[in-house]
Amino acid sequence: MNNVYYGKLIFELSQPGRVGYSLPKSAFEGYSLDDLSAESRRGAEVELPECDELTVARHYTNMSNNNFGVDTGFYPLGSCTMKYNPKINEEVAALPGFNIHPATPAALSQGALRLYDEVQKTLSEIAGLSRFTLNPYAGAHGELTGLMVIRTYHQQRGDTQRTKIIVPDSAHGTNPASAAVCGLQIVQVKSTPRGTVDVEDLKPLLGPDVAGMMMTNPNTLGIFETEIPEIARLVHECGGLMYYDGANLNPMLGVCRPGDMGFDVMHINLHKTFSTPHGGGGPGSGPVGVRQGLEHCLPNPQVVYNEETHLYELRTDEHSLGYVSGWLGNYAIIIRAYAYLLSLGRENIAMAGKLSVLNANYIKESLKDYFNLPIDGLCKHEFVFDGLREEYAGDHHASDHVTTLDVAKRLLDYGYHAPTIYFPLLFHEAMMIEPTETESRDTLDAFIAVMQQIAEEAKANPQMLKTAPHNTPIRRLDDVKAVKEPKFTYRSLQA
Amino acid sequence: MYKYFPHTPDDIQQMLAVAGVASLDDLYAEIPDELKLHRQLNIPSEKSEMEVRQIIETMAADNKRLVCLAGAGVYDHYSPSLVSYLAARSEFSTSYTPYQAEISQGTLQYIFEYQTMMAELTGLDVSNASMYDGTTATAEAMMMCVAAAKKRNRVLISSTFASNVLNVVRTYAGYHGVDLVEVPAKDGVMDREAALALVAQDNVAGLIVAQPNRYGLIEDFTGLAEACHAHKALLAVNTMASALGVLKSPGEWGADIACGDAQSLGIPMSYGGPYIGYLCTTNALIRKMPGRLVGATTDAEGRRAFVLTMQAREQHIRREKATSNICTAQGVMCFYVACYLSLMGKRGLREVNEQSYAAAHYLHDALVGSGRAEDVFPGVAFLNEFTVRIPGARQVREKALALGYLLGVETEGMDDCLTIACTEKTGKQEIDDLLSNL
Repeated sequence: MNNVYYGKLIFELSQPGRVGYSLPKSAFEGYSLDDLSAESRRGAEVELPECDELTVARHYTNMSNNNFGVDTGFYPLGSCTMKYNPKINEEVAALPGFNIHPATPAALSQGALRLYDEVQKTLSEIAGLSRFTLNPYAGAHGELTGLMVIRTYHQQRGDTQRTKIIVPDSAHGTNPASAAVCGLQIVQVKSTPRGTVDVEDLKPLLGPDVAGMMMTNPNTLGIFETEIPEIARLVHECGGLMYYDGANLNPMLGVCRPGDMGFDVMHINLHKTFSTPHGGGGPGSGPVGVRQGLEHCLPNPQVVYNEETHLYELRTDEHSLGYVSGWLGNYAIIIRAYAYLLSLGRENIAMAGKLSVLNANYIKESLKDYFNLPIDGLCKHEFVFDGLREEYAGDHHASDHVTTLDVAKRLLDYGYHAPTIYFPLLFHEAMMIEPTETESRDTLDAFIAVMQQIAEEAKANPQMLKTAPHNTPIRRLDDVKAVKEPKFTYRSLQA
Repeated sequence: MYKYFPHTPDDIQQMLAVAGVASLDDLYAEIPDELKLHRQLNIPSEKSEMEVRQIIETMAADNKRLVCLAGAGVYDHYSPSLVSYLAARSEFSTSYTPYQAEISQGTLQYIFEYQTMMAELTGLDVSNASMYDGTTATAEAMMMCVAAAKKRNRVLISSTFASNVLNVVRTYAGYHGVDLVEVPAKDGVMDREAALALVAQDNVAGLIVAQPNRYGLIEDFTGLAEACHAHKALLAVNTMASALGVLKSPGEWGADIACGDAQSLGIPMSYGGPYIGYLCTTNALIRKMPGRLVGATTDAEGRRAFVLTMQAREQHIRREKATSNICTAQGVMCFYVACYLSLMGKRGLREVNEQSYAAAHYLHDALVGSGRAEDVFPGVAFLNEFTVRIPGARQVREKALALGYLLGVETEGMDDCLTIACTEKTGKQEIDDLLSNL
């Protein structure tokens, strides 16, 4: 990344008459779009850029130089698991043999189906569950699919009263949003002062109207919910199912499995735990797993190995929840995850989780004299600071009080991505840090030194932090203007 | 030691000391012992990079690469080399959702360009950048209709949609409490009179129609928007994205929402994904729109710059009251579309459609003209995909497979019919060879 702002739009580089493509001359004579009726054709000509190839190449290359990625620098973004994205994964995902039409008959796409099933089986073992579907396109899509599994299960038992889903108040926003899309009512359960589910608060919420409960473990604060067996027992006793949000699966790899904790349904974010690139926000992949007895509820179609024909085939089940995807999910993402799973193997997979936990605890312990640590003790892959300590941040009521936002923006100046900030909502100045296992001690030491430096800066020159960043391609943005004077297209910019 | 873990034994010891524990296992001391695995996972053993490559290459080789004459929502268009080359730049691919705008202008700018291009193609005001694919984008359009209508929960959908779109929309409708009513087809297109009669019942939140439809036919939506609006319903038009370059746009039809799959704009087929769904709407409906949205603003020095905006609609702020649970910003896929359209430009997109149209019509005429096939819906225009009746269609398709061709898909619900698609990649010699050997 460089800090010279590029900032041009492709539309500003367009010149009438330039072209950036070449196609073979059409061998088909006597056919023309003009033969279509005027009513079915566009009236207004499409305004698209007219650019030569180099102009486009340079444009996006310059643009990429104003972007920060994992390959640029450290990304301590809590709950996002920004680990290194291995390059062999990219190469194998682009193999021409996988770039086939999804309607290719199963008999002619056996390699693709076998890969799907291998990933399905591997995830099942990692999760301690019976079977996975890889069809959901993203984490939130997996949540929605998993909740559909739960509703389908209850409905097929003739139990139609279960319309409520219990969600901890520290949960990711997607949990309640997915439940709402799935037609479930959200009931929030409180956290204890240590940030874990308050079992006493949970008990009165349980009843014959509860479809299930969604949790992550470790939770959003990076704390392992040690009362999980009791929670699962209570929810199961009232007839509900336990849903595991796999956002925080990384530290559990090979150590402790959601199925063994008592969860019945879960999703996994391949773009977090299994190293597929985040891509600026997508595409992701959100496989959903279930315990024995729920397999038939998974979405159609399922990839199944036929023991008699020795062929993989697509199977649909009339008891399934239905379809959630056009085809077999984000297939090219699944290939990447497979490459990663093969690379790690059973020998290394547990080490990924352990080192992610080591890294998180190392940062936490190294910085807790500078930042408020609301929950002390061992964390798992991530932890939350509640802003700078008062001796660095200054008086809470003063205008130059240094906030979490200021610290985050100053980090950008030093070449780091910011942590996740103002989430979870349990703490006003939350700063959620997840280093992942792929960062070295050297990187962490440098980050720790910078965080300490920022604390000192906050004391000495708070105004400098309040106006940070200073060394990035652009400075702080006017978010209010973006809402009040909305401009979502180049056309509206010109108006 | 392992290539993705930089820790030396010495690092680990020193870091454990800082963490205040004696061993890596002690980092999990609080977890009840009975919850722990206490054994190695039963998954494949570790593979070197060479072995990984070889294993996956073997699987890739186990798929037959066919001349693609199938569509059904996924089209084998050519994507210029530069598109995937640039999309692989790790500054783009290894970045997160661009929350930190100061170090994410690259992502934010190409999304802004994508939004501009999709708004232009659909003839609507604004585009989001968040849908997974065309099937889920259509389901989101359905939920948006219900959200905008407040008290109405009935949505009409044309039964001429491809079955995978219908399947997904039905699933979402069932769980979301939407009363989804399928408008029957007549002569291969949506029965307009039936649709108008349903809309006139005054209890409809929206009508969703397909262009071109499951048979490849170009539908006529004249009068639908007026009827919908007269009865306080929204009109959503799902168009195959590449066709937006030449067919009447959703905006020109008077639609409130445009949705669909943008795979046809430079995205590889990749056995079904990842693709990107598009969803566009009018200024009036922005606050009901799901998903990420990038807007222009200025920075502290007054420079034009870009930022994620209108986030008050979204799940991380509104939680269960959000317009959708969508969290994805379909970043890299937006890039594919923006870069593809930057290269193709208006002339190229037109030429792609012109060539695809010509190839499909040539193949159609050759099949029908030679008496091997007959038209199922004579007289209805199509673009690059068509449906014909071929005696023994399944066997014919099998034979084509043996010759190395994916000759369309079997038309669901219709005996002995194939729905076949062409693109600019379809060569005349390929068609002639197929026909002479079939």
